[in-house]
Amino acid sequence: MTQTYFTNARLIDPEGQTDQQGSLLVRDGVIEAISGVQEPAPEGATVIDCDGKALAPGLIDWGVKIGEPGERHKESFRSAGRAAAAGGVTTIIARPDTMPPIDTPEALEFVTRRAADAPVNIRHMSSLTKAREGREMVEIGFLTDAGAVAFTDGVRPVTDSKILHRCMTYARGLDALIVGHPQDASLSRGAAATSGKFASLYGIPAVSPMAEVMGMDRDLALVQMTGCRWHADQITVAASLPAFERARSAGLDVTAGISIHHLTLNEFDVGDYRTFFRFTPPLRSEDDRQAMVQAVADGVIDVIASFHTPQDEESKRLPFEIAAPGAVGLQTLLPAALRLYHQGGLSLPQLWRAMSLNPAKRLGLPGGRLSKGAPADLVLFDPNAPFVLDRFSLLSKSKNTPFDGARLEGRVLGTWVAGQSVFKGDA
Amino acid sequence: MSFRARHLLGIDHLSPQEIVALLDLAEEYVALNRRTIKHSDALSGMTQINMFFENSTRTQASFELAGKRLGADVMNMSMQTSSVKKGETLIDTALTLNAMHPDLLVVRHPSSGAVNLLAEKVNCAVINAGDGRHEHPTQALLDALTIRRAKGRLQRLTIAICGDIAHSRVARSNLILLGKMENRIRLIGPNTLMPAGVAEMGVELFQDMREGLKGADVVMMLRLQRERMDGGFIPSEREYFHRWGLDAEKLALAAPDAIVMHPGPMNRGIEIDGTIADDINRSVIQDQVEMGVAVRMAALDLLARNLRAERGRAAAGVMV
Repeated sequence: MTQTYFTNARLIDPEGQTDQQGSLLVRDGVIEAISGVQEPAPEGATVIDCDGKALAPGLIDWGVKIGEPGERHKESFRSAGRAAAAGGVTTIIARPDTMPPIDTPEALEFVTRRAADAPVNIRHMSSLTKAREGREMVEIGFLTDAGAVAFTDGVRPVTDSKILHRCMTYARGLDALIVGHPQDASLSRGAAATSGKFASLYGIPAVSPMAEVMGMDRDLALVQMTGCRWHADQITVAASLPAFERARSAGLDVTAGISIHHLTLNEFDVGDYRTFFRFTPPLRSEDDRQAMVQAVADGVIDVIASFHTPQDEESKRLPFEIAAPGAVGLQTLLPAALRLYHQGGLSLPQLWRAMSLNPAKRLGLPGGRLSKGAPADLVLFDPNAPFVLDRFSLLSKSKNTPFDGARLEGRVLGTWVAGQSVFKGDA
Repeated sequence: MSFRARHLLGIDHLSPQEIVALLDLAEEYVALNRRTIKHSDALSGMTQINMFFENSTRTQASFELAGKRLGADVMNMSMQTSSVKKGETLIDTALTLNAMHPDLLVVRHPSSGAVNLLAEKVNCAVINAGDGRHEHPTQALLDALTIRRAKGRLQRLTIAICGDIAHSRVARSNLILLGKMENRIRLIGPNTLMPAGVAEMGVELFQDMREGLKGADVVMMLRLQRERMDGGFIPSEREYFHRWGLDAEKLALAAPDAIVMHPGPMNRGIEIDGTIADDINRSVIQDQVEMGVAVRMAALDLLARNLRAERGRAAAGVMV
C-alpha cells in the first residue's frame, strides 16, 4: 500500500465549485480522503507540503494531435506525453487525423500500444468515416469495443448530409459520441482568416463567421433527426450560440468545446502575417472572443482544450495563407487559461470544470474531479508565478506556439498520474 | 369459403379468417405435392402469366410450379428484356396484356405500389409477388404456414425479425400478418436498417440482438439487401455479422425449441452462420421453400374460384 498526503493545499474542486485550503490523501493511486482542515499525516504516508499552492484535478485535453502514425518528426507519443505532464495534463484525448487516419480497430490497436510510451493517460478518438473521406462510416461497433471514446473526422466535416445522417443513426444505436466540426466546408474553402477589415487590409483569403453558424444549424438538425450524442469540437462565434442553446434546452444530448487560443487571442494577433496565429477555424473578432469567455462562465460551452497541433518549422515558414494551421498547446494550456482567471473572467473552479470535469463526464472517464474514489490524477501549480515563454523550452518536438515571448502567469509545480509523480517543476 | 378477395396485393386487406382459410387449403396442397402424381385440375383452362420486372429465380419457379400443378397454362414473361426497355409504360403493358385475356397475373416489380396500379387496369386476378419495399404477401403466408406446422399454432408466439428491416417487403408483410394473429413481434437490427416510425406499429425494437432474441419462439433472419443500399448503411459485413448475424451463441438465448427462418437467398457468414442454416433441428428454411409452392397453389386456387364466381354472376346478369 502506498500513501501520499498533500497538505497545506489550495484545493480546486470543479464538482463542488469550491476553492479552499485543505489536505488530500491518496492511497494506491486513488483519492482516499479530502479534508478542509489540517490533520496529522497518516503513518507511513509520503507528505507533500503544497505551501498554499493550488492542487487541482489533472487537465483532460480533448483533441490533441500526435504525429503517430505518419508525422513522428512533429510529435511522438513519448514527446507529447512529456509535454503533457509538464503542462499539468494527465489525460490526452488523441485525434484520429493522423497519416493514415485511425479508422480501423487495427490502427486503433497500434496507437493504443504506442501510447504506452507516454507517462500520462492517453485515450483515442476514431475517425467517423473511412480515410476521413466522408463516404463510408467506420466500424463504429468494433472501434467502440476497442476503446475509441468518440468519433470525428476533425476539421474535415462530412459534407454529404445523407452520409452524416447514417453515421449518426448508426452511432445512436451503439450510444457512441460523435464530435462534429460545425462549418460549412464549401463556404470556408481556402480561407485563412475571419472576413472583416483586418483580413481585407492584409489581403488574406477569409471566411464569414456565418460558415460556422450554417454548419451548426445543419449538424443540430441532423442530431434532432437521429437523437445521437454529439459534441461540437469548437464553437468560436457568438452567432452560433443561440441555435446551440436552443438545441440543448430542447433536450438534445449536445455539448460544445473551444480552444484556448480562441478564448485568449483575436484576429488582430495575426499582426504581420505571423503564421503561429493561423488556426482552423481562424481567430475571431474581440467581440466574439469575449462572448465565448462568457459562454464558458455560464456553462454554455462545456470544454476548453488546447487542440494541440504540432507543426514543424517547414510547415509554418510559408506565406500565411498556405502555412499549416494550428499550434502546440499541451504545455501552455494551463498558463494561457490562467490569463482568463487573472483578467477576472473565470474562477479557477470554473476553468477546471471546463478543462477537467466536463471532458471526463462527457467521455465517461473516471478522472477530472477531486472526490473520494477518483483516480489521483493531480496537478499542483502556482497560479501567480510569472514567466516569459521561450518556445524552445517546450518539450513537444514542434515548437509552434503563438505564446512565444509572451508574459504568462502560472507554473506547474508537479503532476501525478494515478498517484505517481510524472513531472516535478521548479518551485 | 371465407376468402373473398379479388386480388392478393398485400396482407393488410385480409382478415384473420381469410388467412386461416388460405393456410388450411395450402395444407391440402402440401399433401398433394408430396404424392407421386402432383396434379389437380383447379385451374384447368385458365391462363396464368408471371410478369417479373425484377430478377427472381425462386419465387418465379415457385409460382410457375404452383400454376402448372393446378393445370393452368403458365407463361413467364421476363420484363427486364422486353418492351419496357423500349419505353412502354406500365399501363400500356397492362392494356396489352389485358387484350390477351389472362385469368391470373403474378407480378413482381421493383417499385412499391406498381402492382396495385397494374391491378386497377386489368380484368384478371393479380397476385403481388413482391413490389419494391412494400409487400410480399405469399412470402408472409408461407412463413405463417411454416410457423404453424412447426409450432402447432400461429398465435401467442414471440417472433424476432432480425436484420435489414428497412429494405424488406418480407418484413412488412410478416409484421402485418403475424400482428393480426396476435403474436408478440420484436424487430432487431441497426438503426440505419430500421424504417422510420416502425415503433408505432405495435412492435418492440431492439438494437442488441442478444436482448432481442431472449426467449423468442421464432427467429426470422432477413437478407442484407446490398443491392438496395445506396451508400453504407453498415460499416462492414464483419461488424454486421458480429452484432447482428445469427450464430450458435446468440441463438442459444432464444427458446430451446426456437425455429430459424430465412426467406432466401442467404448471405452465409453475413446475416447467418452456415451451420445454423443447415441445422435440421433448428432451421426450417427448406420447409419454407416447400410451403411456398403449396401456399401459392392455394392463393391461385382461391382467386380463381372468386374470379369464376364473379364471371358467373356477370354472365347471369347478362342473361337476366
